[in-house]
Amino acid sequence: MKTKKARLITNAVTYGVLIALFIILTVMINNKSITRTLKGQLIPICSWIVMAVSLNLVVGISGELSLGHAGFMSIGAFSGIVISGWLLNGFGMEDTTLRLLLAIIAGGLIAGIFGALIGIPVLRLRGDYLAIVTLAFGEIIKNVMNCVYTSVEGTTLHFGFLNSALPGTLLLNGPMGAVKVKAISTFTAGFILVMVTLVIVLNLVNSRSGRAIMAARDNRIAAEAMGINITKYKMMAFVTAAALAGMAGALYGLSMATLVPTKFSFNESINVLVFVVLGGIGNIPGSIVAATALTILPETLRFLQNYRMLAYAILLILVMLLSNNPMVKNLWRRLIPGRKDNGEEALKA
Amino acid sequence: MVFLSNLVNGVSLGSIYAIIALGYTMVYGIAKMLNFAHGDVIMVGAYIIFCAAHYWQLPFPAALLIAMLVSTALGITIEKLAYKPLRQATSLAVLITAIGMSYLLQNTALLIWGANPKVFPDMLNIGSISLFGGQLLIKGETLITILVNIVIMVALTLFISRSRMGKAMRCVSEDKGAAELMGINVNTTISVTFAIGSALAAVAGLLLCSSYPMLQPTTGSMPGIKAFTAAVFGGIGSIPGAMLGGVLLGVIEILGKAYISTELGDAIVFAVLIIVLLVRPTGLLGKPVREKV
Repeated sequence: MKTKKARLITNAVTYGVLIALFIILTVMINNKSITRTLKGQLIPICSWIVMAVSLNLVVGISGELSLGHAGFMSIGAFSGIVISGWLLNGFGMEDTTLRLLLAIIAGGLIAGIFGALIGIPVLRLRGDYLAIVTLAFGEIIKNVMNCVYTSVEGTTLHFGFLNSALPGTLLLNGPMGAVKVKAISTFTAGFILVMVTLVIVLNLVNSRSGRAIMAARDNRIAAEAMGINITKYKMMAFVTAAALAGMAGALYGLSMATLVPTKFSFNESINVLVFVVLGGIGNIPGSIVAATALTILPETLRFLQNYRMLAYAILLILVMLLSNNPMVKNLWRRLIPGRKDNGEEALKA
Repeated sequence: MVFLSNLVNGVSLGSIYAIIALGYTMVYGIAKMLNFAHGDVIMVGAYIIFCAAHYWQLPFPAALLIAMLVSTALGITIEKLAYKPLRQATSLAVLITAIGMSYLLQNTALLIWGANPKVFPDMLNIGSISLFGGQLLIKGETLITILVNIVIMVALTLFISRSRMGKAMRCVSEDKGAAELMGINVNTTISVTFAIGSALAAVAGLLLCSSYPMLQPTTGSMPGIKAFTAAVFGGIGSIPGAMLGGVLLGVIEILGKAYISTELGDAIVFAVLIIVLLVRPTGLLGKPVREKV
């Protein structure tokens, strides 16, 4: 258990570094001294950071392996696109900031509702069975989104399932996904979303509820004996993570011109899980670093051309092998005394 | 008649899932890990058969034998290089390594064979059987797949229950430490498990690509996920469970696609899985785990 002071310092450093980075990057954008590839990646990086931090809430803090996190991102992305298109076409709302704000809030709300609906059955299961059911829900969401058609006519939204004959302008076109999306996401909005996520997650973790969530993770039976309502606290972590993923999805969806439902496949859920595991299970600043580094890495490896993803795979395996090697672990412990990996120890139990 | 034909197709597809699911479930039972690279071993096996038959013009049994040998070697190598050093690590670390392995295999295949789908040669060319005066037409591949599945099921059950190695496997899956104390070589046992699973993967690759003759680097991933689902469906770690789960999953998928909706086939499969797990949280044939305080 970290002391209160050490925790405050870590949190302050995390916020401080992020704010400093944001200011530097904004200045660089204004100076035009930033490469175009990096500039294009800023919004996706923000959404992946939010995804990683929220998944860490489920995997690290609550101790349940979820393999379907991209499903919530998908729900958030497509609801955000529909809300934004509806506000623009139906109500003529030209103000992009307000529209983006409403779209992100709606994406978070709808994903949160689905998180609650899915959480009720999922959290009854344990271990690998829980993991496979989250995988199944992720695949179901992808498959169902492939069949949803939405159009806007005046101020009314029309929904069709497996039925593309809808009046008005199509917003979602089944397997073709969202086409001709007005990209309204900005880096500033992404940064604010990252900060909001951090405030929510760090405060939740350091609150009475957060301690209850971690107690349920460390020893379910002991926590239950102390009068902790396990289901309630596991749901709290799961729904919060789903809502945050929905918001990240809305931000991501509204930064692209087109978006297909198959984008949010099992592979994306796994990618986010890789961020969480490499950054350190239960380690929130670690998730941020890993999400940023691993989003930029495949682009920086572009000089390897066709060998790019191969190099990425080999790096991933090597990092996992080295970080779990007893000799390397001992070395770390000697270099940084007092370092504890409490999240991992807990998951092992 | 249409229903019967769908049913036969479902059992055939399910047999393929079952053979793949065996690889998942045996490895899970012994090493307690989810080997996500298994689906890609199938893909590699199928490519080897394709090369042997297409480029080297080898007869079908030789091609299958080479593919089984290569897959076996691949499975053992993966286990030795990537999984064995992590035996004491957290299950999540092993899971991520397995995913890295899966990426590695897919991208290596992409570099060697390219992204364009290869048309798998029609090797099991044995015609069709027509029943009920031509009303029910069953393809040769379908029958072979079901037969192969039955043969593998019987052989594997005998191997696990009768042979010395099978006994060792059951011991290791129950308690690794105690097995080691009894003089069982745990490392060899785990390697043999990976070898059997990977050899079966090559067979599964052949059957899969004979029924769906499009071969590309991602061929293995979706059947891999479905077979993994099948293993959990039947109760992961249980060999009859993998068989039952695989066949049921295949039947549900084909019937769901035929009678409910083609687009929603996968969603129906996963929805049934969720319902089953809610009623029986450890799968159809899985043993409930008692919690000790």
